[in-house]
Amino acid sequence: MKHTISVLVENHFGVLAHVAGLFSARGFNIDSLAVGETQDPSVSRMTIIVHGDDQVVEQIIKQLDKLVDVIKVEDITQDDIIERELVLIKVKASAETRGDVMQIVNTFRAKIVDVNPQSLSIEATGGESKVDAMLELLRPLGLIEVVRTGLIAMARRKQLEVPSKEGPAKKKSSRAPSTKKKGTV
Amino acid sequence: MKLTGAQIMIKCLENEGVEYLFGIPGGVILPTFDALYDSKKLKFILVRHEQGGTHMADGYARATGRPGVCMVTSGPGATNTVTGLATAFMDSIPLVCVAGQVVTQAIGSDAFQEADVTGITRSVTKHNFLVKDVRDLARTVREAFCIATTGRPGPVVIDFPVDVSRAETEFVWPKNVYIRGYHPKLHLRPSAATKKQIQEAAQAIMESKRPCLYVGGGAIASDAHKEVFELVNKTGIPITTTVLGLGIFPEDHPSSLRMLGMHGTHYANYSVQGSDLLIAVGARFDDRVTGKIDKFAPQAKIVHIDIDPASISKVVKVHYPIVGDIRAVLRVLNPLVRDLRPQIAPWLEQIAEWKKKYPMKHNKQVGTEIHPDDVIEKIGEITEHKAVVVTGVGQHQMWTAQWYGFRKPRTMITSGGLGTMGFGFPAAIGAKLGCPDKTVFCIDGDGSFQMTITELATAVYFKVPVKVVIMDNGHHGMVRQWQQLFYRGRYSGSQTFMINPNFSKVAEAYGAYAITISKQDEVIPALKKILAYNNGPAILHCRVAREDNVFPMVPAGHALDQVMDMA
Ligand SMILES: Cc1cc2nc3c(=O)[nH]c(=O)nc-3n(C[C@H](O)[C@H](O)[C@H](O)COP(=O)(O)OP(=O)(O)OC[C@H]3O[C@@H](n4cnc5c(N)ncnc54)[C@H](O)[C@@H]3O)c2cc1C
Ligand SMILES: Cc1ncc(C[n+]2csc(CCOP(=O)(O)OP(=O)(O)O)c2C)c(N)n1
Repeated sequence: MKHTISVLVENHFGVLAHVAGLFSARGFNIDSLAVGETQDPSVSRMTIIVHGDDQVVEQIIKQLDKLVDVIKVEDITQDDIIERELVLIKVKASAETRGDVMQIVNTFRAKIVDVNPQSLSIEATGGESKVDAMLELLRPLGLIEVVRTGLIAMARRKQLEVPSKEGPAKKKSSRAPSTKKKGTV
Repeated sequence: MKLTGAQIMIKCLENEGVEYLFGIPGGVILPTFDALYDSKKLKFILVRHEQGGTHMADGYARATGRPGVCMVTSGPGATNTVTGLATAFMDSIPLVCVAGQVVTQAIGSDAFQEADVTGITRSVTKHNFLVKDVRDLARTVREAFCIATTGRPGPVVIDFPVDVSRAETEFVWPKNVYIRGYHPKLHLRPSAATKKQIQEAAQAIMESKRPCLYVGGGAIASDAHKEVFELVNKTGIPITTTVLGLGIFPEDHPSSLRMLGMHGTHYANYSVQGSDLLIAVGARFDDRVTGKIDKFAPQAKIVHIDIDPASISKVVKVHYPIVGDIRAVLRVLNPLVRDLRPQIAPWLEQIAEWKKKYPMKHNKQVGTEIHPDDVIEKIGEITEHKAVVVTGVGQHQMWTAQWYGFRKPRTMITSGGLGTMGFGFPAAIGAKLGCPDKTVFCIDGDGSFQMTITELATAVYFKVPVKVVIMDNGHHGMVRQWQQLFYRGRYSGSQTFMINPNFSKVAEAYGAYAITISKQDEVIPALKKILAYNNGPAILHCRVAREDNVFPMVPAGHALDQVMDMA
């Protein structure tokens, strides 16, 4: 089954290598991985799409959670989510076929972003099935180049909270320091 | 006052309570070694190979429970630590390794002695850091120690560029460490949710008819021997341990089934296979333990207590998961259970019968030949089962697990997960430095010993009185055994006797005390001699029977109760 996993990670050097390395070292297959900064510049969000049975996905999530640079992981597959992907497509377009291309572009509410004598470049966004369907229709006309960002996703109502770098706000600091181990380690 | 990065590094290591640093200096780590020169607290152990240094730090950590620390130079110094890091990683041992790195601007330019250390060590460490700014240094070192020692412990690498070690900044020791992506279960009281899980497990234990405890290295890491003992004593549940769990419970106790797994006792393996409730305590269902996984403990419901959520249901499906520190969990569990002996009497009778019918058997004594299993049993008796015993990897390792008779935690030190030949001798040096009041034995193979034999120089120089017993069977014995049993005796790559040096002479050339023996009646006098020598390492080279095999044995890929044994 397809799973959409949303991961908040530290936005610094080497984090992507840790995540990618985990997937290759443990033999997990990624369908796509998209990453970018969040509202908090010290934090990035990765949207990872994987296929696997529940046991495999459970391990993926637990192993991701173990990475020190991973702040939060959530499988949002079952949630009410908005999923989008951006795709850039260069397709063959002669005088005869140009009209067909335009029609497909209009149907999918995509945009022509570049025009050449032999080709058109298209920009489209949508969920995975929309993008796939559009590519299938364009394929017979001659796909020259396809660039996809991979899916990004966001839950409609809830959000993964980003804890601050300094830790949870301190409770009353006037108390005498306890000798027990602190909640922070 | 402003300090250089190098001085800050040394200060941080001092503040962390580090006692020994193991390693070798070189180009880019020289500023840090220069700062070390002024330290009154840190003792530097110059090793002869960085792999040996990491194993020493590892042995120190396993024997003491405190993190082991290494310091090495960039490039080859750092790459030489990889085997040691991987060994520690597989067995969840806390290490911190500081590796010099080329200047920040040169990183990625194939500079002299540059290696992508964070890249290379990523998959063999719990975490690694590249420090790019001296202002981050103190916090990074604190985080490294925190990560190495909390939750499921493991090795952490700090890649330390030389320009950062020269840069200056105000030194501030961070009081608390907070890492927002890191929330291990601590030695705190279990949460309400965990308590509920513990209650459910307790209920299952009280209802079981054929329970069996399977205890591993996590219980040692948690220093939970008292709690484990209490649980067994109170309930009467039989207990078996993994090779890494040996010593958590006295093997001479009637409830002990000794070790399980490929070379475990018949009765431990039969008990696991016959159980209706298997209680896994800090153990990770390694394939050397489970045998064929779909035939493992077929009738059992499984309780699994582990600090690492990813360990639970990784290999087998767990019915009663409990995430937490063993000691903390058992302190809640123990009061919830009662004496089960009356209820499980038929099960205990069955086990007693297995014990009687399938005892551990020694190799047959032929003539005056020395047999390693016999020597190890004698070492057990002569040290009253109290010594710290460190091994290489191979047959001698398994005989040690079977015959020493472990009774105390942190006395069995061995590379279980990675199975690193060459681990034994340096790890024994580290263990002895950490536990100067304990007798430390290294029981090694001729093959394993030669992988890190160079550390004789280190042991002699620092006068580390470890007792090394080399079981010289002239073979890579474990490989030969597999070829004999499973490859129709085709001794590929092991058909000739190993060309071994005269180990006594080599040891003496390094300045160590050494004896060679080849007859059974020489064993006890020789052991007494090496025990009496305390001015540095004492080596006992035993020429032993060449083709003894380790039994019982469950061939790889077989069910745990398909046990082969000697005639
Ligand atoms: C030649 C050879 C033969 C071998 N044959 C055998 C054999 O016959 N039998 C055998 O048992 N092994 C054998 N081994 C070793 C085997 O490969 C594994 O290393 C070993 O079984 C793993 O032990 P463990 O399950 O105790 O796991 P460990 O590697 O010690 O794992 C410990 C577990 O405890 C958890 N943990 C850590 N700290 C805590 C804590 N504070 N609280 C709670 N949980 C914690 C960890 O998350 C982990 O899951 C052999 C090895 C070699 C090289
Ligand atoms: C570094 C390394 N290389 C290879 C192996 C594979 N291996 C496992 S046991 C063994 C032989 C060990 O020989 P020795 O140390 O003489 O011990 P013995 O089995 O004879 O007691 C080998 C080569 C290993 N475990 N580690």
